[in-house]
Amino acid sequence: MATATTIVAERENYLNKEFGIRSWLLTTDHKRIALLYLIWITFFFFIGGFYALLIRLELLTPAGDLVQSDTYNKLFSMHGQVMIFFFLIPSIPAVLGNFLVPMMIGAKDLAFPRINLLSWYLLVVSGILMLHAMMLGGVDTGWTFYTPFSTAFSNSHVIEAGVSIFIAGFSSILTGLNFVVTIHRMRAPGMTWGRLPLFIWAHYATSIIQLLGTPVLAVTLLLVVADRAANMGIFDATRGGDPLLFQHLFWFYSHPAVYIMILPSMGVINEVITCFSRKRVFGYAFVAFASIAIAVLGFLVWAHHMFVAGISLYSALIFSLLSYSVAVPSAIKVFNWTATMYKGSIQYNTPLLYALGFIGLFTMGGMTGLFLACLGIDVHVTDTYFVIAHFHYIMVGGAVMGYLAGIHFWWPKISGRMYPEGWGRLAALIVFIGFNLTFFPQFILGYLGMPRRYWQYPPEFQVLNVLSTAGSTILAVGYVLPMIYLLWSMRYGKIADENPWRAAGLEWTTASPPPTTNFEETPVVTWEAYNYDEIDAPQQEVKVGG
Amino acid sequence: MADRPAVESIEQHNLALQHHFVNMEQQRNAASLGMWLFLATEIMFFGGLFCSYLIYRYWYPNEFAIASRALSLPIGTVNTAVLICSSLTVALSVRAAQVGQRKMLVILLLLTMLFGLTFLGVKGYEWHDEYERHHVPGLAFNISDLTAEYPQIHIDPVHTQLFFALYFAMTGLHALHMIIGVGLFCFITFYAWKGHYGPDYHTPLENSGLYWHFVDIVWIYLFPLLYLIDRHPLK
Repeated sequence: MATATTIVAERENYLNKEFGIRSWLLTTDHKRIALLYLIWITFFFFIGGFYALLIRLELLTPAGDLVQSDTYNKLFSMHGQVMIFFFLIPSIPAVLGNFLVPMMIGAKDLAFPRINLLSWYLLVVSGILMLHAMMLGGVDTGWTFYTPFSTAFSNSHVIEAGVSIFIAGFSSILTGLNFVVTIHRMRAPGMTWGRLPLFIWAHYATSIIQLLGTPVLAVTLLLVVADRAANMGIFDATRGGDPLLFQHLFWFYSHPAVYIMILPSMGVINEVITCFSRKRVFGYAFVAFASIAIAVLGFLVWAHHMFVAGISLYSALIFSLLSYSVAVPSAIKVFNWTATMYKGSIQYNTPLLYALGFIGLFTMGGMTGLFLACLGIDVHVTDTYFVIAHFHYIMVGGAVMGYLAGIHFWWPKISGRMYPEGWGRLAALIVFIGFNLTFFPQFILGYLGMPRRYWQYPPEFQVLNVLSTAGSTILAVGYVLPMIYLLWSMRYGKIADENPWRAAGLEWTTASPPPTTNFEETPVVTWEAYNYDEIDAPQQEVKVGG
Repeated sequence: MADRPAVESIEQHNLALQHHFVNMEQQRNAASLGMWLFLATEIMFFGGLFCSYLIYRYWYPNEFAIASRALSLPIGTVNTAVLICSSLTVALSVRAAQVGQRKMLVILLLLTMLFGLTFLGVKGYEWHDEYERHHVPGLAFNISDLTAEYPQIHIDPVHTQLFFALYFAMTGLHALHMIIGVGLFCFITFYAWKGHYGPDYHTPLENSGLYWHFVDIVWIYLFPLLYLIDRHPLK
């Protein structure tokens, strides 16, 4: 490797400062912890994906031939729990947020580095518990643990899975706590609230939800475990308990949890769109406060998951109305991104392709969310594939696309190497096509009345199901590709300079990969966020990219 | 932000200042905000239980009133007093650190732990008593000793289990927090004894104190909710 391309290869950075397994497992460097998270959640992403492929394979034919109903119940339950609690919730905050929040605000580390490491270990412990529960046979309650099935009737490993998610919740809480304190207390001189990158605003909003929502899930799961293990009967209708109370408590967290997954993704999109359009974001303040508004409104809409569960008509009406209101800040974001691109000088690099995919798919997911917020339509499509398609458009089409956009965008900073652009664009295209082929037919299936969570279906639904299964294999290729070429690029990729995209933001003012303390000296900020007009103005002779 | 000269802060506090903070003030502010946020999550955690309790209490007022009479008012009151005393000693211990009285600080912290352990002991006695009287849901639950006292009131004995389920969940989690608090103060007392805390630096002590006060406040709400509502003679 001692070639002419590695003149400055010996410069000390966070990756080569120390070597050995101990230096990683006992690190308090936020950048190294981010990579620990990356490894751990990627592992779970592929486990969850494997479950998804088994589900799609079973649904290739109308009859239950690959697996029977009990196994199928476990497949979709484990798919949901793994993907939500072990991939989506930690994905962007714990990997990209961990890496970037201190760097973007000009800090040396998160406020509590040891708590940061602790929260990774909590996720590891909970992940191991979950893997163990899976090996024993898993859980068949769906990811939602609905009572009284989970407390009294299910013959699967509800207690272990519940404890596992309880612990994962504390990992999430501690990450959120670390972010809020860091953003409040650790900003560099001159980094005012109005100059924060919108990625930071999005993570701030996310952290608020993690802080205020997750404890409620924790205590709810604890009551489920108590009900099941000690026969306490808190949600047992035969003893006066109320299963609906469980649903209220569960969705009080689990609806805002959707915004834990999507808000950080929106934060990534802001950075990518502005950079590859070479423009300041349109309406900075609106986009920033839209994140906060989504976090706040997100706490007031949970009962739209319970329209057919027997809540009163009046509360259903109010929750329906409130659910519509979330569309306002979401639409502000989509319109502002579009307006940011308007008359920009756009480069179609991989991160932007993912970001454009995000905008389109999130818009579809959001619009179908309005269908579901509408009482009349929701009653018709509750528990059908329409709902499945809707939330996969948000969580996969939205959150995962944003995650991949971010991983590609900051990969030069994280690894010090460029990913191969051609392969990147190809993978982005494959993901987009595979995703739509998988999930668009599910909208139609749901509208025609195919219920979710069944291992068999009437033969007239087969064509659409075959399309969906075919799409899922394409999607799988699209997800495996980045893993291969990103790993490849860590060794063979082109060496990245400190700012390969000529992007705004403090993280691009330091070396790639950054030194352990992030900056040689604490930066002093004198410019506004996304000052692309200033970045581009004096040096038009510099040519970047193709 | 960093308007204090860096040299001064290094000279004064180089032992406790962590590398990623500019000065002690920033470090202290961060730790304190972190603790307040953590307490906010704790409020939500207990909030789920309080919410469940209030709903069921509203649904089954007579059952809950009768069940709550199984709890001993004198014992509960004494325990409340013990806990409030422990809050006082914690508050005084922070003060002792601020004025640099190391011996007083250690004594006050030991007193705090003593009060905490007293509370836990009394609570354990109460639980044992309830176990012997078959008031634990799921373990041969039987409430006939209480319902027999009020034959004129129509109640469904099944629903009284909900009171005890929530009672054990709430007091159990509260006790768990107390145990964690006592464990925390073991470390704090050790470091206080070694002389780590003084007028310049006592953030861990202050934050552990905040946590302890929070646990006390949870009990201040639990006590009336569980012990005091509808104590007047039933008709």
